[in-house]
Amino acid sequence: MSSVTISDLSLSFGPVKVLKDLNLEVNEGEFVVLLGPSGCGKSTLLNCIAGLLDVSAGQIFIDGKNVTWDEPKDRGIGMVFQSYALYPQMSVEKNLSFGLRVAGLPKHEVHERVSRAAEILQIQSLLKRKPAALSGGQRQRVAIGRALVRDVNVFLFDEPLSNLDAKLRTDLRVELKRLHQRLGNTMIYVTHDQIEALTLADRIAIMKDGLIQQLDTPHGVYNNPTNRFVAGFIGSPGMNFLNGTLENGLENGSNNEKDQWNFATPDLRIPLNGYAFKQAPVAGQPVEIGIRPENIVLGEAVASAAVQLTVDTEIVEPMGADTVLWTNIAGNNLTIRTDSESDVKPGDKLSVGINPSRASLFAQNGDRL
Amino acid sequence: MADTTAMAMQGPSGPKPKRAISARNIVLYGFLIVAALYWLLPLYVMIVTSLKGLPEVRMGNIFSPPMELTFEPWVKAWDSACTGLYCEGLKVGFWNSVQILIPSTIISIVIASVNGYALSFWRFKGSEIFFTILLFGAFIPYQVMLYPLVIILRELHLFSSLSGVVLIHTIFGMPILTLLFRNYFAGVPDELFKAARVDGAGFWRIFFQIMLPMSLPIFVVAIILQVTGIWNDFLFGIIYAGTTNFPMTVQLNNIVNSTQGVKEYNVNMAATLLTGALPLIVYFVSGKLFVRGIAAGAVKG
Repeated sequence: MSSVTISDLSLSFGPVKVLKDLNLEVNEGEFVVLLGPSGCGKSTLLNCIAGLLDVSAGQIFIDGKNVTWDEPKDRGIGMVFQSYALYPQMSVEKNLSFGLRVAGLPKHEVHERVSRAAEILQIQSLLKRKPAALSGGQRQRVAIGRALVRDVNVFLFDEPLSNLDAKLRTDLRVELKRLHQRLGNTMIYVTHDQIEALTLADRIAIMKDGLIQQLDTPHGVYNNPTNRFVAGFIGSPGMNFLNGTLENGLENGSNNEKDQWNFATPDLRIPLNGYAFKQAPVAGQPVEIGIRPENIVLGEAVASAAVQLTVDTEIVEPMGADTVLWTNIAGNNLTIRTDSESDVKPGDKLSVGINPSRASLFAQNGDRL
Repeated sequence: MADTTAMAMQGPSGPKPKRAISARNIVLYGFLIVAALYWLLPLYVMIVTSLKGLPEVRMGNIFSPPMELTFEPWVKAWDSACTGLYCEGLKVGFWNSVQILIPSTIISIVIASVNGYALSFWRFKGSEIFFTILLFGAFIPYQVMLYPLVIILRELHLFSSLSGVVLIHTIFGMPILTLLFRNYFAGVPDELFKAARVDGAGFWRIFFQIMLPMSLPIFVVAIILQVTGIWNDFLFGIIYAGTTNFPMTVQLNNIVNSTQGVKEYNVNMAATLLTGALPLIVYFVSGKLFVRGIAAGAVKG
């Protein structure tokens, strides 16, 4: 059963269309991350789901109920904000219970829910403090608690970890995942941090210009990007792109099989053995090939790779866990991720291997081939 | 290597010493002291004169301290100085001023704070235009509006009454106070407001329970602005209050500018100091807060 359904949602600010006929279905208990560059409409979409923005067209359903015109409080959602948005003059306890007191719940029930949320989030000892006396991580925990006490099925997160330092962000990320496993609520999470998206999500919706480009599992988004934008957006260091044309191996004479296709530039030919085409390829079609830096192999593995190439190393960047090589092949840049033990130096000529089955081909309009 | 060690030992180390007396400091402090004296001198003369008897005042040594200290002029200014026909001193005007001040301050701030809150969080269609018109009102010269307001008050049967003056002060305080509150609330994070809405709070609950408790500083600033502004007002008082309701400033003028009898400089000085006491106290007590609030309200938005 779907928990949140968005159908043909549009939102315009004056002449600017921020969301364009957007459709999204989130299943019960699913963790969906909305990911995209700033200005793509991901926070706007979340605000629409929360009811903080009026939509221009379309409908929103939460738990099967049409909530398009409902007030935020009547939608059965809890929301966590980037800036925590704790009420500064209220103690943690009062912050947590504010919504419940507004709703007029009996005192013992308010107390019960607050203490349960505090226990889940391990903030019992902070209940009497004011937000100003809390650290960033504690504040965000209280903010999550404020959504928790509402006892709702859908949680909305608007970049909740962006204001925290790197270490704390990692810790809270794991904690959020644990929380989701424990509670099993539907969660919709907005971020521009792809690591957060990849680690937390059951499914990621990658957005650009008010449209969802791809809605898929982290694995699917990373390995089978549906278009050139998604491919370039996900992954750091980014995917390598080379421009060239498709040629049929049979016509060209370099291969003998009929279904053999090659990616070719004037200086380079990569046979596309084992590549699963989504669309029928056309000979002579201009295409872009995308190869992830970690799918280029070095050393002994080269021999067993489908394609062998020689590249010039320009820059070596040790990143701790692994090393990134910035290399050059026939005038094109190629980044390679290798393990940190490699002893490659700038200026080295390297022999590298590529497995085309893990590459991505894009037609001129950006769609995956 | 030895060279660098030796150099490090000789060279400057630690905080750079500051010279207490330099040409720059002498000029700076000299100028500040002269300026302070220049501005304080009139106050000194007023206080000194108000403590002298009339014969001593006539001797003309305005800078010399009183030889015979007397508080007679202060008592007279408060209790029995003549303002036109009546000789009841400033106390009548004082109570009139208080009766004008308190309701005007409270009503104008209550309305303006709600205005500012609504304008920054509950944007409605045309709210920007509304705000622009309100601001524009602040730049229209008072003279243009004086006579129309006389007629409006007459039609409302409020002319020559304290409520009439209160109404005028409330209206004229509105543009600047609304601007002050709007800019303050514009600095409050939007997400706080959103969080409160998700929690189910409405217009008034968000205002009273979330926004009010965190906007104390700007309220203090608004109170200071209104108290000093309304207390010092002369124009609206003399035009709209009516003869029996003249505020203190108007009565002060009547005492000082009376053309009959002897000019009692000592009484005039005492009366002036009494009238100016309230804004003076307000500034002294709240100086720091005032500056802080003005800066907070003015920069953002």
